[in-house]
Amino acid sequence: MSNAAPLRRNLVTPLTVVLAALTLIAFYFVALRFIYGLGAVTNLNQGYPWGIWVVIDIFIGTALGCGGFAMAILVYVFNGTVYHPLMRPALLGGVFGYTLGGLALIVDLGRYWQVYNFLLPWHWQPNSIMFEVGLCMLAYTAVVWIEFAPAILERLGWIRLKRLIERWMFVFIALGILLPLMHQSSFGTVLLAMSTKLSPLWLTVWLPLLFVVSAILMGYSVVMLEAAVVTQSFDLPSEHQLLSRLSRVVGWLTVAWLVVRWADLIGRGAADLAFAGDLKATMFWIENVLFAGGALVFLTPSGRASRRASFLAAAALLAAGALYRIDAFLVGVTPVGNWGYFPSVAEIMVTVGIISFEILLYLVVIKTFPVLESASRSGTAHA
Amino acid sequence: MSEVDRRDFLTGAALAGATAVAPSEASAIARPPRERLPQAVGMLYDSALCIGCKACVSACKAANDMPPEVPANLTGWNENTWDTAEDLSGRTLNVIKVYRNGAAQQKDHEIDGFAFVKRHCLHCVDPSCVSVCPVAAMRKDPVTGVVSYDPDACIGCRYCVYACPFGVPQYDFNNPFGKIAKCQFCNHLQKQGKIPACCDVCPTGASLFGKVADLSQEIERRLTAAPGSAYAFPRGRLGDDRPPNQATVPTYVKAVYGEHEVGGTQVRYLAGIPFAKLGLPTLPSQSPASLSEGVQHAVYQWLIAPLVAFAGLVWLVHRRTARNHHDDAPNTERGRP
Amino acid sequence: MDAIRTPDIDFDTCLGPNPDAPAYGKLSRRDLLKFCAGIAATMGLSSAAGVRMAEAAVSPVRPPVIWLHGQECTGCTESLLRSYHPTVEALLLDVLSLDYHDTLCVGAGKQALDYKHAMMEKHKGKYVLVTEGGTPTKDGGIYCKVGGKTQAELVREAAEGAAAVIAIGSCASWGGIQSADPNPTGAVGTHEVIPGKLVINVPGCPPSPYNFISTVLYLLTFNRPPVLDELGRPKFAYGRLIHENCERRPHFDAGRFALEFGDEGHRQGFCLYKIGCKGPETYANCPAIGFGDVGFGSWPVGTGHPCFGCTEKATGFRKPLHALATVKTLTPPTAYPEVGAAEGRGVSTGAAVTVGVVGGLVVGGGAMLLKQMNDKGDAADAPDKGA
Repeated sequence: MSNAAPLRRNLVTPLTVVLAALTLIAFYFVALRFIYGLGAVTNLNQGYPWGIWVVIDIFIGTALGCGGFAMAILVYVFNGTVYHPLMRPALLGGVFGYTLGGLALIVDLGRYWQVYNFLLPWHWQPNSIMFEVGLCMLAYTAVVWIEFAPAILERLGWIRLKRLIERWMFVFIALGILLPLMHQSSFGTVLLAMSTKLSPLWLTVWLPLLFVVSAILMGYSVVMLEAAVVTQSFDLPSEHQLLSRLSRVVGWLTVAWLVVRWADLIGRGAADLAFAGDLKATMFWIENVLFAGGALVFLTPSGRASRRASFLAAAALLAAGALYRIDAFLVGVTPVGNWGYFPSVAEIMVTVGIISFEILLYLVVIKTFPVLESASRSGTAHA
Repeated sequence: MSEVDRRDFLTGAALAGATAVAPSEASAIARPPRERLPQAVGMLYDSALCIGCKACVSACKAANDMPPEVPANLTGWNENTWDTAEDLSGRTLNVIKVYRNGAAQQKDHEIDGFAFVKRHCLHCVDPSCVSVCPVAAMRKDPVTGVVSYDPDACIGCRYCVYACPFGVPQYDFNNPFGKIAKCQFCNHLQKQGKIPACCDVCPTGASLFGKVADLSQEIERRLTAAPGSAYAFPRGRLGDDRPPNQATVPTYVKAVYGEHEVGGTQVRYLAGIPFAKLGLPTLPSQSPASLSEGVQHAVYQWLIAPLVAFAGLVWLVHRRTARNHHDDAPNTERGRP
Repeated sequence: MDAIRTPDIDFDTCLGPNPDAPAYGKLSRRDLLKFCAGIAATMGLSSAAGVRMAEAAVSPVRPPVIWLHGQECTGCTESLLRSYHPTVEALLLDVLSLDYHDTLCVGAGKQALDYKHAMMEKHKGKYVLVTEGGTPTKDGGIYCKVGGKTQAELVREAAEGAAAVIAIGSCASWGGIQSADPNPTGAVGTHEVIPGKLVINVPGCPPSPYNFISTVLYLLTFNRPPVLDELGRPKFAYGRLIHENCERRPHFDAGRFALEFGDEGHRQGFCLYKIGCKGPETYANCPAIGFGDVGFGSWPVGTGHPCFGCTEKATGFRKPLHALATVKTLTPPTAYPEVGAAEGRGVSTGAAVTVGVVGGLVVGGGAMLLKQMNDKGDAADAPDKGA
């Protein structure tokens, strides 16, 4: 079923060396965290108990891993089989987004050695959004590995197992659409417990919808960006034609997102906060401008046709979704007491390191396993 | 290969709609708030009676085996024996703070005055921390309503720190095996029939323990008494026969904090200056837990919606992949390169 | 304290020849100077002021002291007699001219009273009147009479020719124990009997002898009273709450209280606030100087009994012994954490730089990629018309 092949390029390049170095720096700080505690390494405090490790590594990281989920909706729900070549790279992004998101979670948890309590029925607290999020993410990580498994099994030559999995793949695809819908929307519901601590610019009962749709948008953006970067860097046949069709969908979805957000904001009477002139208002506008800018490019034919504009627009949407999460969890929050937060150097290096690790592993895998279809089209794959 | 056609779009959109959240108003979707338990125990903290002696801070440390806390600017002074907690933390479950204004010479005056406030867990009637904890490490006692913490269940996710409207639970960031710290109403002492250490030691009766129903009546009495008139302020536990503090009724702000805030709390405050000045957050009467649980339950109640969606997705995806299997040529075996 | 600024004098040059020989009764010159230097220190004055006090004390021009007793227990005189550095009876009898003292004078009866009148006449306008004890005012003041005259008459009579009036003890300052409810004799302090005159009140039950001696010596040396508060009490002794000077204050601040006499806390010397110490609302210097010259802690709280506020009219003999004091707190100490104090760390330069570098790299890499992109598109980009 797949026309993909490993990308025949060197594993060790200047880029991968830099990425490996950044990863090692991150591991050093993670080791410090486990020896001395979170306070020694991060700037987390009682007013901001969640910092960039939770918001970027987990929330944004998994949203970046929503490529597989977003593509699955398009391919299997809306029958867009033309986009099928983008599935495996998207799933690979999902594999690393969620696995490393899980790793970041263990690093961030204060009492990580008891994390198995999540699975013990007598500790289940089903009223907690975090409970559903945790189990869902765990399940989806397994599902996305299974969805990606055929690429690995192809490479290993374990065809019988591959066939078995492919026979039941429809169940896993269904799960792979359902589970992210559940937990990515629940990331938004998590914020509802904040009530008065969260600025009305972000606090709304529509948070679950806004979160899941922006996760889908980020998933598409990541797929588009990844395709553009990889084909460009490795001089492969461009997938731009395919991507430009996708970008129209993305454009309209972004417009829908903005409409829901603004209608709700105005309906709640909170729109005047956007003009308060403070940090929250400024970040709010930057979000909206990024979303709108990306949508604008994708809705115009010339924008879709231009590779540069499309690249920028995808980057803008990715940044918009990421900023939306950072704002909703950090900037928009006014804690009890006079607290401030900005990540420490160690915190930043761990986040940078985890993202570098993701990119590094991604590069290693696309060079080792049959993931990219453009790799086979370029004629550099084996026959 | 086929394009996305209209039929497929509509099928997909219907499914998307089934799993989307579509409420109209926050109050409509919130689940009903929890009611105060009939035997709930609580505390009345009267800021106008408090003299800022910090006996309660000291007693709390002793009763809960907490080490002293030295602020950064006093580290090393007097060999770190001076406990001056500046705020709740991993080792301070109860703290006295002071409000100062101008010359700060008159007690319980808003201008050019000062006043004391006691901060610790308010043991909410509908606690956010209990609602958000994924592993039930925060539990509300079904009889006394005391919110307690189980460090053996806790995974340290700090959602409770994030969610508490009062900023009470404190994660001990400086300990690689840190726990959440918060007042547990001296549960271990209550089980022996004693009362929380802070109420036990308070010299003026500013911290008073008792059943919330009884304390509400005491609050009424104090608010309706004429300022300056003689009053016997009970000490320790309301209803005990300890000698009261014979003093005069202060001039209160005619309100009680904790009656309606986020659904009500079991620890209530009286004060001589506005509560907001004392750092007590101004909060709506809807508990955050009722809203977030309401939204969650709207979709996930009994997992009906997810299961239906799952069934629908399985059917749809199976149809697609079966159709596409039909269209494709049979797979060619790929051997190892 | 006081605006007097006298130049510092070398102590030894003031000693003079034979400083250790008895010069004033049993007092040697050295003893006198040491004593007065100590008094000056109590008042916060320099040693030079002490020398001036010594000279005033033994100057032949020194004024006499007339000492009257009203409703009292003579405790204040007893307190005075218990200062042993030096023996004060030597000071008052041989140094200051205590011409008349109801208790200490050897004579009695009409002879003694006649002598008193003679002294008052001889030194009219120059003597210091000291009153000890309250003055009854009910029923014409008949509840205290000496020599057929009521105390009120005696006080007025003596005050007429007095250069200064000092009321020693709580009874003379505001009525004392006999003025406790229901005050059947209408006992009042001296200043209420002679409203026009300045009366220096030295309250206490009894007051420390040094509070009184310092005031007298100050008066004699500088010809005016020391700085007084609004109740006529010298501020050097009554300007601060006991609570502010108490050696057990750290226990109060740390919340360590004795709950019963003899309990663990009491034995550890914890704060006595909860068993009724009135230190927080009583102005006096007892914790600073103690009583009886026997060293540190020789005052009620130091021995383990709560202060009962003997200097204060509203507290002493009025508030129940074990009732909680009203804490007359002034502005709380700066070590108290404030509501709304800023917490948490802001942006460190390292973090800002790191973010800048990372952001720059990402943007730079993106820009590079963009540049390489062929915007016109290539053949593969041509829109697919078919499948």
